[in-house]
Amino acid sequence: MLKRKRNLLSIGILLLITIATITASLWSQTSPSFIDPTLRLLSPSSEHWFGTDHFGRDIFIRTIYAARVSLIVGAVVAVVATFLGTVTGLIAGYYKKADSIIMRIVDGMLAFPALILALALVAALGGSVANIIIALGFAFWPIMTRIVRAAVLQVKNVQYIEAAKTTGASDFVILTTYILPNILSPIIVQGTFTFARAILAEAALSFLGIGVNPTTPTWGNMLQEAQIYISMAPWFSIFPGLGIVLTVLALNMLGDGIRDAFDPHAKKQLKKRKKVSQQKYA
Amino acid sequence: MLEVKNLKAYIDTPAGIVKAVDDVSFSLKAGETIGIVGESGSGKSVLALSLMQLNPSPPTFYPQGEILLEGKNLLHLKEKELRNLRGNDIAMIFQDPMSSLNPIFKIGTQLMEAIRTHQNINRAEAKKKAIELLKDVGISDPERRMNDYPHQLSGGMRQRVMIAIALAGKPKILIADEPTTALDVTIQAQILDLMKDIQKKYGTAIIIITHDLGVVAQLADKIVVMYSGRIVEEGKTEDIFYHTAMPYTWSLLRSMPRIDTSSRERLIPIQGQPPNLVSPPKGCNFNPRCPFATADCLKIDPSLTERGAGHYAACILSEKTFEEGKLQLENFETKGVPL
Amino acid sequence: MLQYTIRRLFSLIPVMFIVSIIVFMIIHLTPGNPAHLILGEDASEESIKQLEEQLGLDQPVVMQYVNWVKDIVTGDFGQSVYSSEPVLDIIIGRLGPTFSITIVSIIMILVISIPIAIAAVWKRNTLIDPLFISISLLGVSIPEFWFAMLLVLGFAVSIPLFPVAGYIPMADGIFQWLYHLILPSFVLAAVEIGLVARMLRDGMLESVNQDYIRTARAKGVKESIVLMKHVFSNALIPTTTVIGAMVAGLLGGTVIIETMFTIPGMGQLLVDSIYRRDYPIIQGVILFIAVVYVIVNLLVDLLYTFLDPRIRYD
Repeated sequence: MLKRKRNLLSIGILLLITIATITASLWSQTSPSFIDPTLRLLSPSSEHWFGTDHFGRDIFIRTIYAARVSLIVGAVVAVVATFLGTVTGLIAGYYKKADSIIMRIVDGMLAFPALILALALVAALGGSVANIIIALGFAFWPIMTRIVRAAVLQVKNVQYIEAAKTTGASDFVILTTYILPNILSPIIVQGTFTFARAILAEAALSFLGIGVNPTTPTWGNMLQEAQIYISMAPWFSIFPGLGIVLTVLALNMLGDGIRDAFDPHAKKQLKKRKKVSQQKYA
Repeated sequence: MLEVKNLKAYIDTPAGIVKAVDDVSFSLKAGETIGIVGESGSGKSVLALSLMQLNPSPPTFYPQGEILLEGKNLLHLKEKELRNLRGNDIAMIFQDPMSSLNPIFKIGTQLMEAIRTHQNINRAEAKKKAIELLKDVGISDPERRMNDYPHQLSGGMRQRVMIAIALAGKPKILIADEPTTALDVTIQAQILDLMKDIQKKYGTAIIIITHDLGVVAQLADKIVVMYSGRIVEEGKTEDIFYHTAMPYTWSLLRSMPRIDTSSRERLIPIQGQPPNLVSPPKGCNFNPRCPFATADCLKIDPSLTERGAGHYAACILSEKTFEEGKLQLENFETKGVPL
Repeated sequence: MLQYTIRRLFSLIPVMFIVSIIVFMIIHLTPGNPAHLILGEDASEESIKQLEEQLGLDQPVVMQYVNWVKDIVTGDFGQSVYSSEPVLDIIIGRLGPTFSITIVSIIMILVISIPIAIAAVWKRNTLIDPLFISISLLGVSIPEFWFAMLLVLGFAVSIPLFPVAGYIPMADGIFQWLYHLILPSFVLAAVEIGLVARMLRDGMLESVNQDYIRTARAKGVKESIVLMKHVFSNALIPTTTVIGAMVAGLLGGTVIIETMFTIPGMGQLLVDSIYRRDYPIIQGVILFIAVVYVIVNLLVDLLYTFLDPRIRYD
């Protein structure tokens, strides 16, 4: 019961942020880049809920707009990494010959901490939203490959799949209609976590000044600018950071919730526990 | 020495309150062996763990009863007093010796822990005692075995180690919960022999919990048959085997191979499942599975009544009806005579 | 055990091959001529040619790779485009601060996460456990750099207890060294504390219901000893598997933390080199980090097999 409430809360937070950032120009006349030197570094008030920054821009509006880049980067990276990881994981898990090649590549890529790999790629490609997506997608797919492969290995030898083989179903059909639907839950869970981690990584790259173009409002860029005003105008640092924490926390809670809901292991455990309490203790 | 009076042990589960042990009384004299017999789900394991207060609590609780060890009620002991009692007055061995031994410690370490928990002696002395104990339970080359990990031993040896651990505190009572179930048949006999020897040597009283009447036939002075959390028959071992007074005990006997009767006799499993203990059946708990159940059995919940000296059973059928029923059933099964 | 070690060592060959290709590719992924990019738009033809030669960019790619690997194996990581010093020397000069901050972090992680995990299991039927879960979830959701900003705000600005910038080498006084490391190391440790404590707790909760724990209780062993000795040791084995993830987090974190706290370590070197487009250093640092990470994972695997007697004696 408590868990379901938590899932609903996570979905609610994510929906609220998404809708707010999409419709921002509809309900607010203030531009996120409107500069007014007379309004520099004002503390939060009824006029400027989150205060203003060093250019007199409204931090509330900028924090809302900044969600766009973060959510887009996070979502696209999650989709790219999930797609690449699922395809390679399915192939590696199903075909023995491809397995060793794919897994060697994956092992090689996992030899880099993800943030470092992304940093190196952005350094080479240059910082733009597209390049950051490429870099993070590249950095996060190997983990997905591992997870999908492990899941495939677990279901591969189940009887109904053996049976499907004997009826002459092609490998493609077996992979997509028999195996994939059975391993969806770990994929969705890991996809959700990738979403969260991508948002954190994008923020970190932007914060370091090697991410999204500094003129674009993103949470990382805002915090990078806020850093030197930390003691003078703490609200400048606090609110964009809260934006990240709220979004990432909601995603992580959702991932946990999905895992608890779908995990066959957790379910089995629960059943087993029930059985034990009724039989063994009975 | 040990007296259990009207004990209830209930478990609070999401499905409801499970009455795992429901108003059970029995007693054990020093040096005696008592067998507690029943299917899995009869509450015998919860009962055994109650005696050491080892049931996880919550969810287990004891709404009623007393467990008196030499007059002390174990249900009222403080945690510290209980620890003093465990391993010292009462010790226990379990069904699966592999999972019951900590996989990452040497068996010597685990044995010495048992010794040093209750005796204030140094490591060297403890080691000497540990080796002696291993010798007592029939482990050859005990000095070297001390350094082995559980997975390096065979199942029988692991159970011997468990017995050695249990004997470390020279307990007055040894509880053995399905001690041979996880072992090969030949090893089972060796472990039972070992328990007999130990009883002779140490004078320990033994409570042996099992689903296998064959096991208790060799060891027990007295047998308690449990069904759905209650005692349904209780008496001297011969009484239980030869003057069976409760259809459930009779069904149990028919479901297992016997050495003393003709080998041609068929083994007949007990039909059906043990009852749901959250909402047990009306009347006698055994009535859904009882081949002799009458209309009265659906209404009356029988209590234990005396059938001979020290022999009690919970069944409303008269001895005559029971005998006739058995005869009829056997005729039906062997010769096809209709019921 | 020996056989496993040898097999594990051999498995590093393909891994290092992929690592080298990725690191090598960094310079070739740049759009346009890297020499142009490094020297800027208005560099003379001559100086561009010279740099191309220095970097070996005038040769076929395969040859470039082979030469590059050959150089690296002999310890030649090339020269910094910016300062012309050998890359390896520059990296070695930066090891001290990074090493210090990581070690202090790891100690903090252990000192904090172990008691927390034990407390969470000890009082598992109270509110401590759900509170613990929430905090560990929050821990992995907070960006390190933002947490660092908050700490700077709270500690150094409002209650000036700890310095917020700079690094003092250990040689200049161990107390000053440690004093300057406390804040950055704590930030670095904070995220991982949740991770490690969570793993320990899960391992302990798994172990606490095992039959051998019941045996220990049946012996009359004190509950505190049951938890610390029997439950904890068994939980330690699965926990070693998160050490790899923890080290990855620490290595990634040093990049941010060193930049924020102006600590002249490898992370700061990497970020500065990215600003300066000093590709030989970028490659060198990334290769170095990958090698460290691979070695750590190897040691973790060996530690795992060593800790579990069931595997050790197989």
